[in-house]
Amino acid sequence: MHHFRAPHARRFISASLMIGVAFIIFGLSFGVLAVSAGASVPQSCAMSLLIFTGASQMSAVSVIATGGSPASAFGGAVLLAGRNAVYGLAMAPVLRGGSLPSRLLGAQWVIDETTAVVSAETDPATRRTAFWISGAILYACWNLGTLLGALLGSSINPSDFGLDVAFPVMFTAMVASHLQTKQGRRAAIFGAIAAVALAPFMPIGLPILVSAFGMLFGLAPQSQENETAS
Amino acid sequence: MTWTLILSLAAAAYFLKLLGSVIIGHWVMPPVLERCLLLIPAALLAGLIAKDTFTVGQELGIDARAAGLAVAVIATWRKLPFVVIIIAGVGTTALIRLFV
Repeated sequence: MHHFRAPHARRFISASLMIGVAFIIFGLSFGVLAVSAGASVPQSCAMSLLIFTGASQMSAVSVIATGGSPASAFGGAVLLAGRNAVYGLAMAPVLRGGSLPSRLLGAQWVIDETTAVVSAETDPATRRTAFWISGAILYACWNLGTLLGALLGSSINPSDFGLDVAFPVMFTAMVASHLQTKQGRRAAIFGAIAAVALAPFMPIGLPILVSAFGMLFGLAPQSQENETAS
Repeated sequence: MTWTLILSLAAAAYFLKLLGSVIIGHWVMPPVLERCLLLIPAALLAGLIAKDTFTVGQELGIDARAAGLAVAVIATWRKLPFVVIIIAGVGTTALIRLFV
């Protein structure tokens, strides 16, 4: 693809493989839960291959698993995917200059973790190397984990293992990095209260969409105090 | 889970990635919009945690899932590895259901 430099490439391969191990475990958990929510093995794999943004996939499966409508599952998952447009803006210079097919492929790999790996670098050529290596490795690990999980999930009865709690457990691990600012913590508290307080009064799946209004804490500019608190 | 949901979600998610990285790559997003979009995961994931722990359908309640969540929160706060967080959280709920 683009000007790989051997020493950098090796560094990014080992860094990506470390994140990749977590992706395999996370993907495996997703596969088990997707199957337990009624998805087939091909459907679970298609989600990871085509959607490839973990929080949205987990959110959609969680809403379907608890009896929500496909429309509310879609709404929550798309809202969660909105941040990838922000990451994409930061990644645009990395993809620019490549051929159209490479840019179309690269866009699919714009997620939290590839953005984090690339953002740690400053040199344009190094950033390209970081993006393509981390993207390829993480995409492979995520999909391998999903396949293993979906096959495993089909061979066990997930409810025997208390796997319903695996949803909030995984969301907890995922939300941690978003709670480092005061605004993030406020948004989270609002979201949690809305989801529980509105549950008795709304169709399943809709309170989650109301939770997203916690994003409006972002209307206030982030103060100096917030920066230092993080 | 339907193919319609999967494919429409795939199209929407890919469009959002494409929007930032290829379609409007030169545009500078207003800071307020960027802040709001980046706050969605905090709000929505916390909502999902609350829903999946404290509700069954439209009814509220506290059961063995709350204990599993508490253990997962502690494990996450202690920055333990991902696999430990999952096993500790799920294992706690499973054990309580087994013995209580």
